[in-house]
Amino acid sequence: MLLQRFLIRLLTMLITLFGVAIVVFVVIRVAPGDPIAMMLPPGATDADIARLRALYGLDKTIVQQFFIWLSGVVRGDFGTSISLRQDVLGLVFNRLPATLELAIVALVMAVALGGTTAILGARERGTAVEAGIDIASGAALSIPDFLWGLVLILLFGVLVPIFDISGRVSPQLDLPFVTQFYFFESLLRLRFDLTWDLLKHMLMPAVALALPLAAIIAQLLKQSLKEVLDLDYVVLARVKGFSETQVILREALKNAALPTLTLVGVQFTFLIGGTVIVERLFSYEGLGNMAIDAVINRDLPLIQGIVLVFALLFVLINLAVDMMYALLNPRLRHG
Amino acid sequence: MTINRRELLGYSAAALGVAAVGLPRIAKAAAGELTIAYNVNLPSWDPTTGPSAVNPTIQGLYQSVFDQFIPQKPDLSFAPGLLTEWGWNDDRTKVTMTVREGVTWHDGSPFTPEDVVWSLQRAGDEKTGNPIQFVWKNVNNFKIDGNKITGDVVQFDPVYFKWMSFLTGYILPKAYYEKVGAEGFEKAPIGTGPYMVEKFERNAFLRLKANANYWGGKPAFENVTIKFVTDAASRVAEIESGSSQVTLEIPYEEYDRLIAKDGLAGSCKNVSDIGMIFFNNKDAMLDKNVRQAAVMAVDKELLVKRLLRGYGQPIATLETPEYAAFDPSIKVEHNPEKAKELLAASGYSPEKPAKVTIQTTKGFKPKDYEMVQAIVGMWRKVGIEATIEVYEIAKHYELRAAHKLAPAAFYNWGNAIGDPTTSTGFAMFGPSPHSSWKTDDLDAKIGPLWGEKDEAKRIAGWKAVDKYIAEQAYVLPLLQFAQPIVHAKGVNVVQHISGALLPALMTPA
Repeated sequence: MLLQRFLIRLLTMLITLFGVAIVVFVVIRVAPGDPIAMMLPPGATDADIARLRALYGLDKTIVQQFFIWLSGVVRGDFGTSISLRQDVLGLVFNRLPATLELAIVALVMAVALGGTTAILGARERGTAVEAGIDIASGAALSIPDFLWGLVLILLFGVLVPIFDISGRVSPQLDLPFVTQFYFFESLLRLRFDLTWDLLKHMLMPAVALALPLAAIIAQLLKQSLKEVLDLDYVVLARVKGFSETQVILREALKNAALPTLTLVGVQFTFLIGGTVIVERLFSYEGLGNMAIDAVINRDLPLIQGIVLVFALLFVLINLAVDMMYALLNPRLRHG
Repeated sequence: MTINRRELLGYSAAALGVAAVGLPRIAKAAAGELTIAYNVNLPSWDPTTGPSAVNPTIQGLYQSVFDQFIPQKPDLSFAPGLLTEWGWNDDRTKVTMTVREGVTWHDGSPFTPEDVVWSLQRAGDEKTGNPIQFVWKNVNNFKIDGNKITGDVVQFDPVYFKWMSFLTGYILPKAYYEKVGAEGFEKAPIGTGPYMVEKFERNAFLRLKANANYWGGKPAFENVTIKFVTDAASRVAEIESGSSQVTLEIPYEEYDRLIAKDGLAGSCKNVSDIGMIFFNNKDAMLDKNVRQAAVMAVDKELLVKRLLRGYGQPIATLETPEYAAFDPSIKVEHNPEKAKELLAASGYSPEKPAKVTIQTTKGFKPKDYEMVQAIVGMWRKVGIEATIEVYEIAKHYELRAAHKLAPAAFYNWGNAIGDPTTSTGFAMFGPSPHSSWKTDDLDAKIGPLWGEKDEAKRIAGWKAVDKYIAEQAYVLPLLQFAQPIVHAKGVNVVQHISGALLPALMTPA
């Protein structure tokens, strides 16, 4: 039964990815911009244009191009980037860890900040503290991440320049890393000098990404907590003499957190999407920044590769959220 | 006041925090160190293939590491470089080149004439994907005699040697490239240029180290870090916070604000890029009166003064004062009243306007969209009603190559070698995929100039073509762009008219 569910889920994922592949392939070929037209130098003749088209395989029909690309993808060959002239898969996997690190740090920040705020708001419900939290969450949510980025650059990049405005790591440093997960690897190696340098580069983009998500978490979790706090078993806990904080943390939080968990999963995919603009703003060397360059250069194989990997990430995150939800919710686990 | 243990711990933690994050940085370069916030990424280290090869904005990075066959001085004039002499024989059937001696590659191996020949042959080989192959294939059958090279002309191209200072005109190391291959070269490129690649993180930064053996003399800064900061607001923050000592291509408003600050200075000189509006030979633009009125109605001085804060130079033809075929005697008057008369002669008026579409980018060049908005306003007053259509620059390329641009379309044209073929020539000659206006009369005038062997006659011919185009109003030249560069006062920056930002031209103040 479990295996059957797993296979169905796997099949759904593959169909989703196949659909994404078709849509991306068609859309970026229909969208304005021709990579060959962009690299046409003054004086190029029709023969030159034809030569370049053939060189990049763009002289074939769109259906032929799709199946050539798809058969390559199945073999693990995503093609060669037009602008970077390198293997697409290698490029993508070289940059993906930077984006994942940024997104994970932002997620941890958002959960910590949003969770703490929600608990505080629920504990102080009906008071000025809750009203203050609502106002702050509203402001955090209504300002988009890239605008937070600009505000942070102005505050902590220019006025009180304690963080680095651009890049992922200081160029002067010798990097001993084996993996592309610089931040996590620096922690494992106990190289806190590097961890600090990486944090100085990562904090502002991570905070910019985290703030709107933290606001959503704070609002939803606070609301769930307030509902749960009126239930009988919670009232019973109070009667037993637990303090309000103990009641929230020991009794109410686990049940109230379930809807928030689903939301966090969904929002995490949005957060990864948000890295595209924020990475650009902070010149952070992640996949999102590379995606913008690929679009500007009309680098068709690279766009396809990046989008497909993003799509794979999204379905995997959704799968992980579903599994975690089932794990935490006994009714689903036994259903 | 007494401090308890908890407060003491709190204050200590705060003090440690301040010490850890450090005090605000000061905007000055450390000795021998220079950091530049650059406006574009460097996609590839091969300056002769793929889209990077024809991207003018990254040529400054290539020119830091590689030498071109013939370098250009900041005023666009040509100077001896790795080729110390070059030229044609009398009947233009052979080229001759003399190669500089005593030069070494970054790995210490000697630079030889074989490197020059290999680079030229490779550039002309269609299999390499060089987008400018059509220039390099015009000479072949190279022969080396000592440090002299000769080659046979397949098809005479008067601009062959000028292209040696332009896109894809770089000398690469034959032996090293053949040893490491394309992939190895991408990982560890070497050249003969003023700087050597020390570290490169794509999309992030490039660390350069001064080449102590550079034939032109060791550059002033020992280490240069190029940060790729593609967002203009972030580049402003980089220079304002002191994280970088030099940056470029920021909005003119920010340029004026920053250079007024303590510790910062700047230069904003005219470069070889021009802004223009292509006319397409269709609809109302087929009417000479409409075209002439469209040109006369535009107050270019006002555009520069009001929209570009005075930065830039209005132009009357597709040549700027630094180009070889610039002719100051060609003037195009701003005369709205005469424009009205011309339109009236064709039956148009502000009440019954000629209707056209004008395409433009938005944010691709400074105030591009705003300039087009202003032009539409100026046109409306004389009797031309234009609808603005915004597109991405990639779409412009596609439409232009397919000859499907709207009757009017804004574009930015670069011409770092300043030759009329690479400005008026390719922009206006019908068979060129870059032209918009395609009519037999103009093609008949331009056609014979491509192979003209007498240089004086050739330049005079192009001036005559420019005059004819201005009379016929086949295009609307707008202005020569100025490039804003902001730098710390501790750095001297020499601006290159090609628009290439060259660390080798920077020195400590």
